[in-house]
Amino acid sequence: MTEEEIRSRLRAFVERFMRGHDLQDAEDLFGTGYVNSMFAMQLVQFVESTFGVACESDDLEIDNFRSIDALTAFVQRKLGAPVA
Amino acid sequence: MTDPAPPPAGAALRMELGPAQAAARAEFAAWVDAHVAPHAGAWDRAAATPREVIDRLAATGWLGAVVPREHGGAGMDWVTFGVLNEELGRGCSSLRSLLTVHSMAAHAVLRWGSRAQKERWLGPFARGEAIGAFALSEPEVGSDASAVQTTATPDGDGYVLDGRKKWTTYGQIADVFLLFAKAEGKPVAFLVERGAPGLEVAPLGGITGTRASMLAELRLEGCRVPKEARVAGPGFGLAVAVATLEVGRYSVACGTAGLIRACLDASLDYAARRVQYGSAIGEHQLVQRMLAEMAAGWRAAHWLCMRAGWLRDAGDPAAAHETFVAKYAAATAATRAALDAVQIHGANGCSEAYPVERYLRDSRVMEIIEGSTQIQQVAIARAELESRAAHL
Repeated sequence: MTEEEIRSRLRAFVERFMRGHDLQDAEDLFGTGYVNSMFAMQLVQFVESTFGVACESDDLEIDNFRSIDALTAFVQRKLGAPVA
Repeated sequence: MTDPAPPPAGAALRMELGPAQAAARAEFAAWVDAHVAPHAGAWDRAAATPREVIDRLAATGWLGAVVPREHGGAGMDWVTFGVLNEELGRGCSSLRSLLTVHSMAAHAVLRWGSRAQKERWLGPFARGEAIGAFALSEPEVGSDASAVQTTATPDGDGYVLDGRKKWTTYGQIADVFLLFAKAEGKPVAFLVERGAPGLEVAPLGGITGTRASMLAELRLEGCRVPKEARVAGPGFGLAVAVATLEVGRYSVACGTAGLIRACLDASLDYAARRVQYGSAIGEHQLVQRMLAEMAAGWRAAHWLCMRAGWLRDAGDPAAAHETFVAKYAAATAATRAALDAVQIHGANGCSEAYPVERYLRDSRVMEIIEGSTQIQQVAIARAELESRAAHL
């Protein structure tokens, strides 16, 4: 899966929560005010089921999930793909 | 015990239990009738669950309900786990709440824990050799889990915990607490063992319902825990809490459906036996109205819980919302059912000689824990509004 495919899938999921907000790739998702306490959990579940990766205890650093950029890099790392 | 093919996400839901699930229900029901229901009133009055009862429950293997078989647990599917909660809740809401908090701790370790934490805790949890509890609520923090005031100060290769936890169910006997704090402003989850230096466990008494649930207040003063006690990374504490509360909410919803069933069973028996004006009061139409409400309330709660369980088994993201609906419907129906059960029993209903006054006190608790009725109403309405807006 290419970086762009990963990014676009992540963006499609996250945008469902953003109510039309023009989200930037580097923007702090948790600072937008659009996500509630369920979101981090739903995001982990989405990443696991969509990309077939297991988010283990050591992966569960909030900085890995903070933005589209961070998520894309995290998924690439988990998939063993070279980081562009 | 697991039935072979849970329905895939999006498939039509089965509306009956599979054969293994039905057999499990019969086994749970017989056990509750023999070992729980006849004694629950005494435990309530003693404000304690006897150790031998917990040991007997552990011997069934059901304390390992949510622990997979490869870790020594029962590896139940969610529907079967729901049925277990329903049957235990029919007998004793306190003992059911032990299954709730213990399963929450076990599930959190399974879902979010490190390999070392899984190896350390899942086996003992499954065998009931270690009891887990959930320590989120504080004197000043209830529904707003993001506002916990307990602090975790990084200190060398560990943390120092300071603060207070309140209303910790079975905290009096728990061996380990899934405990939530803030480290440098970020929510963090920890596994804090009983006996940790700086942790004091004080019994909390004088409560309205689930009196045998051995509540405790936890006082943390300079309580040092190693970094390895952390569950998931800094900032993930709220996600751990929310996911764990989903398990708790499902357990409470199912247990509450069982509580309604207990109200119904007691009321049907009493209404058939009690004679006034020359006929059993079950023949009186205004009593029938209460029985009908209770019967409908039980069915609605039961099927909403089973639906939530099926969705969880199917891995359907809608399970979270359906669990909110199930818990809300069950808790509010339980309040009505318990009030009516006492009413049908008349003066006897106000006496400890009958179980319905306990059901009434326990039902009050169900509208408060794992999301109060008002929090559920807001969450349900918002989700429905968003769902509708998405279709326009």
